[in-house]
Amino acid sequence: MSQIHVTTSINGDQTEFLCEPDETLLDVLRDRLGLTGSKEGCGTGDCGACSVTVDGRVVCSCLMLGAEAEGHDIGTIEGMAEGDKLHPLQEKFLQEAALQCGICTPGILVAAKALLEHNPAPTEEETRYWLAGNLCRCTGYDKIIRAVMDTAEDMRRAS
Amino acid sequence: MALDDRSKTRDFKVIGTRPVRPDGIDKVTGRAKFGADATAPGMLTGRVLRSPHPHARIRRIDASKAEALPGVKAVVTRADFGEVPEDVFDILDNCMAGEKALYDGHAVAAVAASSPAVAKRAAKLIEVEYEPLPHVTDVDEAMKPEAPALHEGRTEETVPEGMSPNVISRVQFGHGDIEAGLAQADRVVERTYRTAATHQGYIEPHACLASMGPDGQADLWCCTQGHYLVRNTCAAILGMEQGQLRVTASEIGGGFGGKTTVFLEPVALALSRKAGRPVKMVMSRSEVLRASGPTASSSVDVRIGMTKDGRITAGFAELRYQGGAYPGSPVDMGSMSAFAPYDLENVRTVGWDIVTNRPKQAAYRAPGAPMAAFAVESAIDELAKGFGLDPLEVRLKNGADEGTKASYGPTYPAIGLMATLEAAKSHPHWSAPLGKGQGRGVACGFWFNFGGDTCVSLNITPDGTVTVSEGNPDIGGSRASMTMMAAEELGIPYDQVRTIIADTGSLGQNEVTDGSRVTFAVGLATIEAARNAKREMCRRAAMVWGIDEEAVVWEDGAARPSGPNAGEHPPMTLAEIAAIASNTGGPIAGHYEVNAEGAGVSFATHMVDVEVDRDTGATKILRYTVFQDAGKAVHPSYVEGQFQGGAVQGIGWALNEEYIYGDDGVLQNPGFLDYRVPVASDLPMIDTVILEIPNPGHPYGVRGVGETSIVPPLAAIANAVSEAAGVRMTDLPMSPPRILAAIENG
Repeated sequence: MSQIHVTTSINGDQTEFLCEPDETLLDVLRDRLGLTGSKEGCGTGDCGACSVTVDGRVVCSCLMLGAEAEGHDIGTIEGMAEGDKLHPLQEKFLQEAALQCGICTPGILVAAKALLEHNPAPTEEETRYWLAGNLCRCTGYDKIIRAVMDTAEDMRRAS
Repeated sequence: MALDDRSKTRDFKVIGTRPVRPDGIDKVTGRAKFGADATAPGMLTGRVLRSPHPHARIRRIDASKAEALPGVKAVVTRADFGEVPEDVFDILDNCMAGEKALYDGHAVAAVAASSPAVAKRAAKLIEVEYEPLPHVTDVDEAMKPEAPALHEGRTEETVPEGMSPNVISRVQFGHGDIEAGLAQADRVVERTYRTAATHQGYIEPHACLASMGPDGQADLWCCTQGHYLVRNTCAAILGMEQGQLRVTASEIGGGFGGKTTVFLEPVALALSRKAGRPVKMVMSRSEVLRASGPTASSSVDVRIGMTKDGRITAGFAELRYQGGAYPGSPVDMGSMSAFAPYDLENVRTVGWDIVTNRPKQAAYRAPGAPMAAFAVESAIDELAKGFGLDPLEVRLKNGADEGTKASYGPTYPAIGLMATLEAAKSHPHWSAPLGKGQGRGVACGFWFNFGGDTCVSLNITPDGTVTVSEGNPDIGGSRASMTMMAAEELGIPYDQVRTIIADTGSLGQNEVTDGSRVTFAVGLATIEAARNAKREMCRRAAMVWGIDEEAVVWEDGAARPSGPNAGEHPPMTLAEIAAIASNTGGPIAGHYEVNAEGAGVSFATHMVDVEVDRDTGATKILRYTVFQDAGKAVHPSYVEGQFQGGAVQGIGWALNEEYIYGDDGVLQNPGFLDYRVPVASDLPMIDTVILEIPNPGHPYGVRGVGETSIVPPLAAIANAVSEAAGVRMTDLPMSPPRILAAIENG
């Protein structure tokens, strides 16, 4: 089985890699590119800890092959802050203690960022359903939902 | 360590504020390194081969085909481990089966290879000849004399003759005369309650990276709640001296008790020893569910008597917990905690520890207590409602307070149960109207809290900042609380202190991050380490000023002369003393080592509103409020987080989560799709009320808060669902089919 050559964009940087035909995008990110911010919690698309964006759409990177990244724009948690400037969601998660252990946090932040790009004024119910594919076992989601909605409000005020 | 007198009234500067945690940036940017995020030069991938049988004798293992596969560097079986001390025998046998495989998923061999793909192929080439044996997975079935026996000769003296060898031990607690008490009751409720086994459900699977050299020295990186325990256990299993094995704790992606033992770590070390290369192992989610340590399932008989004015005259519970394939279910703690919230003249609990063909249980947040509280709090609710009494008033009437002789023996010092009940009674939630098909439930919960072996080292750097080294993995913000306590004690800003989790080579023994002990015990040691550093800094200032060290006090971050003969000297700040440390005797540090006692028991009351759909049997949680005593909330946001997280794990346990075994003894739902933990859209906000009844055993009054929050929800939700459905629910989870069946059977 020969490896596949892939050219893609990851967090805005043109990236090339070789991968096995059956290798997931998550394994490519973690094991070949050193981007370990995306986590594997289940490998079956049930927990959302591996969430990345593909052309702006949230995808479980454990359910996508690395070879399928060819020609697409991939966004991971490592690309969320701009230099030393955190994304407002990252700031708010810290201020409001919206994480405990932190393992689900990268996936939740990636998914929440996509939510706010898609819907700048989500209701609580919309936020809860958007994040229903991202499991968190520590927080009971309360502070996460509040942090996302508070960020949305801040961003609306600032714009 | 007694509560400081002034803590009752003092104005804390840092304690009680909500600063950003020191490890926060790493955790929101993906930089934090968890168990599976480490690599090493020349690293191999390890993979475990697991038994497909729930119970089988292992006749033969032939690894020759696997070993011949290019890229395979080592295969280990039980034969690669020698004789081990008795206290780690079961742990080794659970990590790598010996004569028998005892549950579906039990490890029987492992391989290390040059890539994950080769390791996967190699594991399939290992030939295992099994002799399948009859199995049993249900706790009540396992107790029957004719049940298939897992072990022979493990039964303890406390068990009467003639019972199944699966019955390992019996415990008993209580005082008074149950029958006499029941005779005084106007009504007695007698019921059996059952709970399914559930999993902690941490999102990070077990992972480790082991490296052992030919000189016998080894390094191990792993996600664990206690790297000192990992060191001691692995050293015993591998026949190493503890000092030769250095363990570093990664960031930990949840544990809830499930990472207080070892699964992969001894295997990875054995593979590394044999291959002469670093070996990384990571469990899949299916492996986590099949072969890590879920909690016990339970079957509990309760008899409680009550007078018509709401006085409990006697309480009795007989608890049967299966803890998987080895002795050690948490039935002892269930038996001790069942009636702990009540002041009873006549109370008795009897507990039975049972083994079954399931994975060996591990601790799960207040291990053993939620199932016991489910049974007792359900029966109390049924009695109260039967008499038309307010369930909060009934609990206030019987609740434990300072001076109560607890059902499990000790007499309570100042405790917070009554404060949580009073707060619940006066909260708007209690008087809010309910709609049709809705119900409201309340329940109380208790947890012991622990202290234990703890070391902290606090160093003053030359530029006057402070580093704290402690030995307990930070599972939910404890670096922040240690930093806060050090800053408070030293009188310096929070951001001038940095706390790290040191490896096992850097500090003495530290107990696991368990028993809600860290903020209490490590906090206490941090405060004492800071006090030792302050004494030394006062001594240095006295030296500079040429006065007695007794004439120097520490206030607001500086040494100051005090008393009539001290003379006039300008204060010397921590930074000024640090700058001249080299000329006044050398570096300045404070450290403290203790087996911490006085953890201070913890109580909570939970209140929940639900709506039951009578057509589908589905339950919706409408509103939830937690009332819990924190002693002193160091960082209130993280205290609230513990309350909320425990409540939601309890919601999952009550409504959805369950280990489902088929007749074939194989786990049918080893994935997050079918083992469904609560998701964001299942839930409302979880409101919290923090009560602060100072713990007499901590300088600032801190009590652990992590575990108590999972104790009341099972019963609180069952009481609410029973009211909404109009039928008493006694079996968990209250999944839609069960609720429909209960409604139909009336």
